[in-house]
Amino acid sequence: MARLIGICALALLLAAPAQAERVVAGLSQEAIAITTNFAGSEILIYGAVQRAAPPPGAEPLEVIVTVQGPSQPVTVRRKERRFGIWVNADASQIDEAPSFYAVSTTAPLAQALSQTEDLRHRITLNQAIRAVGTGRADQPLFNAALIRIRSDDGAYQLNEGAVRFREQTLFDTAVRLPANLTEGDYLTRIILTRGGVVVDLHEQLIPVRKVGLERWIYNLAHERPLIYGILSLVIAIAAGWMASAVFRYMRG
Amino acid sequence: MQIYLPIAEVSVNAFLLLGLGGIVGVLSGMFGVGGGFLMTPLLFFIGIPPAVAVATEANQIVASSFSGVLAHLKRKTVDLRMGTVLLIGGLVGAAVGVQIFAALTAIGQVDLLVKLCYVVFLGIIGGLMFFESLRAIRRARSPAGAAALPRRHRGWIHALPLKMRFRTSGLYISVIPPLVVGVFVGVLAAIMGVGGGFIMVPAMIYLLGMPTKVVVGTSLFQIIFVTGFATLMHATTNYTVDMVLAVLLLVGGVIGAQIGAAIGVKLKAEQLRILLSIMVLLVCGKLAFDLLVMPDELYVIGFDGAGH
Repeated sequence: MARLIGICALALLLAAPAQAERVVAGLSQEAIAITTNFAGSEILIYGAVQRAAPPPGAEPLEVIVTVQGPSQPVTVRRKERRFGIWVNADASQIDEAPSFYAVSTTAPLAQALSQTEDLRHRITLNQAIRAVGTGRADQPLFNAALIRIRSDDGAYQLNEGAVRFREQTLFDTAVRLPANLTEGDYLTRIILTRGGVVVDLHEQLIPVRKVGLERWIYNLAHERPLIYGILSLVIAIAAGWMASAVFRYMRG
Repeated sequence: MQIYLPIAEVSVNAFLLLGLGGIVGVLSGMFGVGGGFLMTPLLFFIGIPPAVAVATEANQIVASSFSGVLAHLKRKTVDLRMGTVLLIGGLVGAAVGVQIFAALTAIGQVDLLVKLCYVVFLGIIGGLMFFESLRAIRRARSPAGAAALPRRHRGWIHALPLKMRFRTSGLYISVIPPLVVGVFVGVLAAIMGVGGGFIMVPAMIYLLGMPTKVVVGTSLFQIIFVTGFATLMHATTNYTVDMVLAVLLLVGGVIGAQIGAAIGVKLKAEQLRILLSIMVLLVCGKLAFDLLVMPDELYVIGFDGAGH
């Protein structure tokens, strides 16, 4: 059995170079550093299609670019009127939702990607949100609310037609990352499709990290909370004292 | 200039924070109040997570009250004994308050609790102050009524056990009322991110019967220790103290307070109080409005504390 699998794998490997179209891609940034004056960032994703033969078939080649932030469990709560005021009532624990998700395409998504291929490669946002076993009949409402809220914040983006594609060969797009990024590895995928079927896929990780002072403060606050607390008090008292001393000096 | 706050994990304009600190500082200098009860709701309005706003504000209050306490200690207008009793109550209250805060964060009701506390207390204090200063202005206009309010002695307070002598205040009363006041203020400090002076000062004058000249110094003395303790508790239980945010607010606040004090001297006390009460009622009204009116977005994404 193992031998049979081995032979199959080998056959696949040998078949690989026969693939007609491959994607070669690059990113404007290898890593993103959250510094003190971080106000969001933009990554440029560009590349080309490498061909061994003239493009086959009549259907055009399409490019889909996804950028996905680290996934986390999320609690979504729904407000209800109780005793005349609006309070959080029902809650749903979504097992996993990406903190950031952007999909950019050359054509409308329905045209660029078939549903079966989406399921297989987990390309659209809906495939990245996992909410199983919440036992709620109205779970889709909570999922929709999560997507709506995060789309308004710019954390979830669907940019149809945002990928420029020249001569079916050169492509480029820019993805805007908001200022309130969650730290972690951001997975960037560049997907070539033809007739809704995935032809080739390229993946790259972009680490997003707090650096310098931001890193130091965050680590201290979480690893040595007592020392951090005392330091916060001392620094605040000293800053207040200095500000008033400077002000008094300026007034004469 | 955008600045990324490491604990709140949001990017805000540094000048906005300095300006907010400055405006609240001007007000606190004018009216002689701490300003925590205005700053914390303003931080909610600009999008700082409530848990971070409350904890960071506690940190800021320590620093902004520090020079005030030193000045009062120098003038010997601090009743250290009374302050210590209030402080013991306050520490207990703050410890309880931080636990309540953490528990409610876990079940997603902390926003509601903080906002309700604000609506109730700002409503009561603002309303009382507004009508009291209206009466004062009317009294000042009519020549007949300028009679001072007689100090009332509460019989039941003197009937309580565990009496203690407070020399600086010239009192011989039970330690139970100051302890209770202290606990109450401590809980508020931890939950609302305020010093609690706006509750403690009236309580000291009307309930405990302390002389007015030691009231402010003694309450400041209690406030710096209680808010300092609340800061440490928030830092160690909820990881929500943002050092950068605190320093920015503080620098604006200290400068604002000096300007405010200079303006305050030029205005009449009743006018000042009526202005302050209107402002308090406005903040209260905005918060109440948000709770009463159906929100545009019925769903919210849970905030599980800044620590992931």
